[in-house]
Amino acid sequence: MALELSRLSRHFTGFAALHEVSLRIAPGEFLALLGPSGSGKTTLLRILAGLDHPDSGSVSRDGEDFLAMGARERGVGLVFQHYALFRHLNVAENVAFGLRVRPRRQRPSPAEIDARVQRLLERVQLQGLGRRYPAQLSGGQRQRVALARALAVEPGLLLLDEPFGALDAQVRVGLRRWLRELHEELGLTTVFVTHDQEEALELADRVAVMNQGRIEQIGTPEAIYQKPATPFVCKFIGKANHLPLRRVQGRLDAGGWTPGDDPWQGVPARAVAYVRPEQLALDVPETAPGWTARLRHVYPAGGIAHLELAVDALAQVLEADIAAEELARCGLQPGAVLRVAPRSAAIFPLDDRTGDTVAGGRWSWSCRRHG
Amino acid sequence: MSARRPDLPLRLRRGALVLAAVGFMALFLLLPLAVVFVEALRAGVTAYLASIRQPETLAAIRLTLLVAAIAVPLNLVFGVAAAWLMARFEFRGKALLGAFIDLPFSVSPVVAGLVYVLLFGAQGWFGPWLDAHGVRLVFAVPGLVLATVFVTLPFVARELIPLMQAQGSEEEQAARVLGASGWQMFARVTLPNIRWALLYGVLLCNARAMGEFGAVSVVSGHIRGLTTTMPLEVEMRYNEYDFAGAFAVASLLALLALLTLAVKSLLEWRYGGEIAGRARGGH
Repeated sequence: MALELSRLSRHFTGFAALHEVSLRIAPGEFLALLGPSGSGKTTLLRILAGLDHPDSGSVSRDGEDFLAMGARERGVGLVFQHYALFRHLNVAENVAFGLRVRPRRQRPSPAEIDARVQRLLERVQLQGLGRRYPAQLSGGQRQRVALARALAVEPGLLLLDEPFGALDAQVRVGLRRWLRELHEELGLTTVFVTHDQEEALELADRVAVMNQGRIEQIGTPEAIYQKPATPFVCKFIGKANHLPLRRVQGRLDAGGWTPGDDPWQGVPARAVAYVRPEQLALDVPETAPGWTARLRHVYPAGGIAHLELAVDALAQVLEADIAAEELARCGLQPGAVLRVAPRSAAIFPLDDRTGDTVAGGRWSWSCRRHG
Repeated sequence: MSARRPDLPLRLRRGALVLAAVGFMALFLLLPLAVVFVEALRAGVTAYLASIRQPETLAAIRLTLLVAAIAVPLNLVFGVAAAWLMARFEFRGKALLGAFIDLPFSVSPVVAGLVYVLLFGAQGWFGPWLDAHGVRLVFAVPGLVLATVFVTLPFVARELIPLMQAQGSEEEQAARVLGASGWQMFARVTLPNIRWALLYGVLLCNARAMGEFGAVSVVSGHIRGLTTTMPLEVEMRYNEYDFAGAFAVASLLALLALLTLAVKSLLEWRYGGEIAGRARGGH
């Protein structure tokens, strides 16, 4: 089932939840809608589920108008963030709900409904819990009931709203892997909404990063992380040091460091570079361009350590990540003086008048010769 | 280690407070209730039954049941609809609607009755028109129903609104996405989720509908055997110095109150564990 979303807009009083969003969802794809709260991702999901309608734009499924279809024709399974299980029905009745409300002619026989419910409960590893009530289940179990309930109607499209948002960190990781396996097994087109980048990057085939009602970038998790298309994506995905660049003698420059000749042929007077903490080289030789930095703090975080580096030439504090082993090997202590420079960076030109980033301009810079 | 026993003065003070509360309740609730039955049965069971069997009393009982049988279902439907509107939708004038639902709580029932007389009475705004079309509202059964509906209007809605607001609409949305029609959603999700609050609201509504005095008194006209409900019958007999008769009818109303209480307690006892079990989220 291929879905074609075209120029969807949705305005609520005072703000645009969606602004001309276009998107193609391929059959069998696992797509993440990633963005901060208020970015429009949940509105988009609710439109696909039929719980909301766009002010303009269209959605078509294999050429048919998807928005004109009722819930039953759409064949959509939705898992709510807080599961929305029917509290007065037991687990088996929750799962059977979508089948029981079908018109008599399309409704499977009671025996068949029971059999299907049992199969689904096995699939979500809840066999034997059919007679429990939602309140008697743990968060992870409730989530799986919600999933079984959504799958019972054999949807062509599965929608998940912050599927792991309300769970403990440990349960969350386990369920995430399990969901990915389930997706590979069923091959069901799945769209899920999350504000957790780790979740999106780990689970999805493709990630759509949303901000203020627009899709900033859509691509594979690698592309999103390695080649961020906009400053927002740089800032939102992972961490990034933000370096203002000014043109000095024809070259863009930040405190004596320059990325070299820019692809914009010397036009913009200012630009901004985003450098990820792990893209900062800490052992730059005196002969290579770089900055002198003083190590202010070390924050150990398990396998890696976060370093806080004060760079006088930039009048700025940079963040660098280093493997914990590496840190121990170098014996770096606070107060140590290092020579640092970016290994790679995403650089965006700034408009001379407004100071905003110029749309479409991006330079994926990387150091040709390693440190 | 067990908790230390509170010292004596504290226990004394606690005991005094409990005694005061129980004493207050006995004086203002239990004693009057007992008096009703004692006075009703003072002349003996035969006299008691005789005064109830009087045609006027039987007519008053029938009328009270009739008025409640019309007013309560009307307010059941209205209450559910109003609660749905208030809990599920955002619209202009929502606060105003909420205030209107509460109006019967804040207006004296006598005023409500008077308004109906002014509107629909023989000298009222619509009186002549109604008269010309042969419709009689005031000093007749329809007037009693109208006044009762007005007075008991908030009970069901006010029970449901906070509950429905707290429950939210996600379960209903889930039902829609699973393919339920509007009616299926209401019957299979909304109604089961509010059933206890609804029943509670209906019980209160019914108790008030049968016991209402002020508004009904104004629109009734006190036509014996035709427009007197039980509370009016009590008053009329009392005014006629028929104390035994007044208390006999009053005892029936008191019985109704006790019955309402019993049904409510029974429901809480029978389904309380189940409801609490689901709400608690235990094992």
